[in-house]
Amino acid sequence: MSVPEAATLHAPDAVLLGFARALRASGVAVTADRERTYLEAVAAVGLMDPSGVYWAGQATLCSSPADLERYDQVYAAWFGLERAGTRPRQETSPTLTMAPLEGDQGSGETQEQEEDAVHAQASATEVLRHRDIATLGSAERARLAALFAVLRPRAPRRRAHRPTPAARGVVDARRTLRDQLRRMGEPGPIAWRRRGTRPRRVVLLVDVSGSMSPYADALLRLSHTYAATGLPVEVFTLGTRLTHVTRPLRQRDPERALVACGNSVPDWSGGTRLAQGIKVFLDRWGRRGMARGAVVVVFSDGWEREAPEALGEQMRRLRALAHRVVWVNPHRGKTGYEPVQQGIVAALPHIDDFVAGHSMAAFEELVEVVARA
Amino acid sequence: MEPREAFASAGELTGGLGGTGYLADASLATVAWLALRLQRPLLLEGEPGTGKTALAEALAETLDLPLIRLQCYEGIDATQALYDWDFPRQILHLRAVEAVAADQARDVAQIEDQLFDQRFLLARPVLRALRESPAVLLVDEIDRADDEFEAFLLEVLSTWQVTIPELGTVTAATPPVVILTSNRTRELHDALKRRCLYHWIDHPGLARELEIVRSRAPEVSETLAAQVVSAVQTLRQDHDLIKPPGVAETLDWARALHELGSTSLDLETASATLGVAVKYREDSERVRAALDRILTS
Repeated sequence: MSVPEAATLHAPDAVLLGFARALRASGVAVTADRERTYLEAVAAVGLMDPSGVYWAGQATLCSSPADLERYDQVYAAWFGLERAGTRPRQETSPTLTMAPLEGDQGSGETQEQEEDAVHAQASATEVLRHRDIATLGSAERARLAALFAVLRPRAPRRRAHRPTPAARGVVDARRTLRDQLRRMGEPGPIAWRRRGTRPRRVVLLVDVSGSMSPYADALLRLSHTYAATGLPVEVFTLGTRLTHVTRPLRQRDPERALVACGNSVPDWSGGTRLAQGIKVFLDRWGRRGMARGAVVVVFSDGWEREAPEALGEQMRRLRALAHRVVWVNPHRGKTGYEPVQQGIVAALPHIDDFVAGHSMAAFEELVEVVARA
Repeated sequence: MEPREAFASAGELTGGLGGTGYLADASLATVAWLALRLQRPLLLEGEPGTGKTALAEALAETLDLPLIRLQCYEGIDATQALYDWDFPRQILHLRAVEAVAADQARDVAQIEDQLFDQRFLLARPVLRALRESPAVLLVDEIDRADDEFEAFLLEVLSTWQVTIPELGTVTAATPPVVILTSNRTRELHDALKRRCLYHWIDHPGLARELEIVRSRAPEVSETLAAQVVSAVQTLRQDHDLIKPPGVAETLDWARALHELGSTSLDLETASATLGVAVKYREDSERVRAALDRILTS
């Protein structure tokens, strides 16, 4: 291997294993059996072929396009050379920086009015359920967090391709014959079948920009209750860039899931590029199949800094792919709210359901809307 | 000789694949060679139209092995991937036995055994691959299948055997060469990925794509091929396209222009035939507006 003299003190397998460990430290899921396969692969191509070693490592240690970039970086750092193979990889998700939005974070004047006489007499939990999350103190937020465990998200259902046994429907010739065969050809009751149902995929796009920061924690907890159910759910955060956070949110424990999610999102409370984020989602995941026939829920206040027509165009594309598009706007639940922000105006024609998302009660409604979609 | 050992190095495999018209770059050839040598399944991901399926076909041809293809779709299960009993023929057999030997006493167990005989077994792709191995098994678009199917496939890919309760266990004499392709509509399970070697296929660079066009469409004139390839490469630089053209589109475009009698790409013919390479209304508007710049670059 073309490693300078300093490394000649080490055995080649130690160098290679060290590289695998470094790669694991960088966040690629390198397991012991992958390390073994790596050594076997390198042994097969031979240490004298640097580009072969590079490709062997990539094939055995990586398992997704996201891993490839990390692999290149760690490879360059560990072996002290530019990557041996030449592969111009296009910048798939350009990072864009924008000044955070100033002002207008939901004016606080109307929120207190929500606590009317009825709520005042109800239990503390009941009040909490209807309070705007943005107005809660830290102790109340902690109590609210426990309430998420009560939410029971259900996935909407769609007709499946595969037939299932049923009491009515069409004759299931194969099963009838199989039963008959089991009785040595003796005729018996006729079996029926009909198309069953399967859960629809639910895609959650959560805006984590500055203007949504009072709600970000609650929305991610809601996303976690969805992701942790084991239903076909995918979660992305939208800010200055799009981040796929389904995997960190899949853990059962909500606190750990949120910490893991926070670590993987680079752009908390920054600016928003909604249209760009939705476009990247559609290009990299949605059009490939993730959005097809799915229920897509966008959590955002619709503050779009860029041209609103761009958002309208992306929402049109999203609507054309998805089964149903639900827009959740925390400000929707406030009295006197009018959808006048340019982004929302552009997106409204392409939305099936426009619902509030400012309190626990609103989340319960949302769960219902999604389940019935 | 064992087909997996036929190529001593990745370079030789590149040559072999080139002989069938598939031009693999060094990275893909290395990974494919490793998959043969280490007897591992190869998981290929990449944009549609970058030659994932074509690699399996080319490998089968190069190694002179039968190609067995399993196209995955939603709801696919073991009876479609592995084996099934031919029920109508079994019934027919029962009736025939009845008719011939109605008055003779027959051994019931013997008739039962006849029912679950090889001739009533419908071998589906995975079983065929295990029985006919050495063979190339292409599991196409694995991401379209369900999770349960993935788990089932994992079992086959790790032990190279399946058990048919009525017949016994079928084990592959030599593991088949397995190529899995995925378009990433769904994240595959880690357990399956761990079994496989992984490779991401990118769009080819200018020189390689030109080579591909020259070898696949030799009738197209050299200047036309060069112009089409460089136009397509420029199109791919534009990240705002909904669907950048793949190699298949490049080939189609070059052939279409050739059929129209063009020997070079000018503004008029390019605009008229743009629909061959660009398949979205938004994209074609965008490209038409910038066609001038694309052709001159």
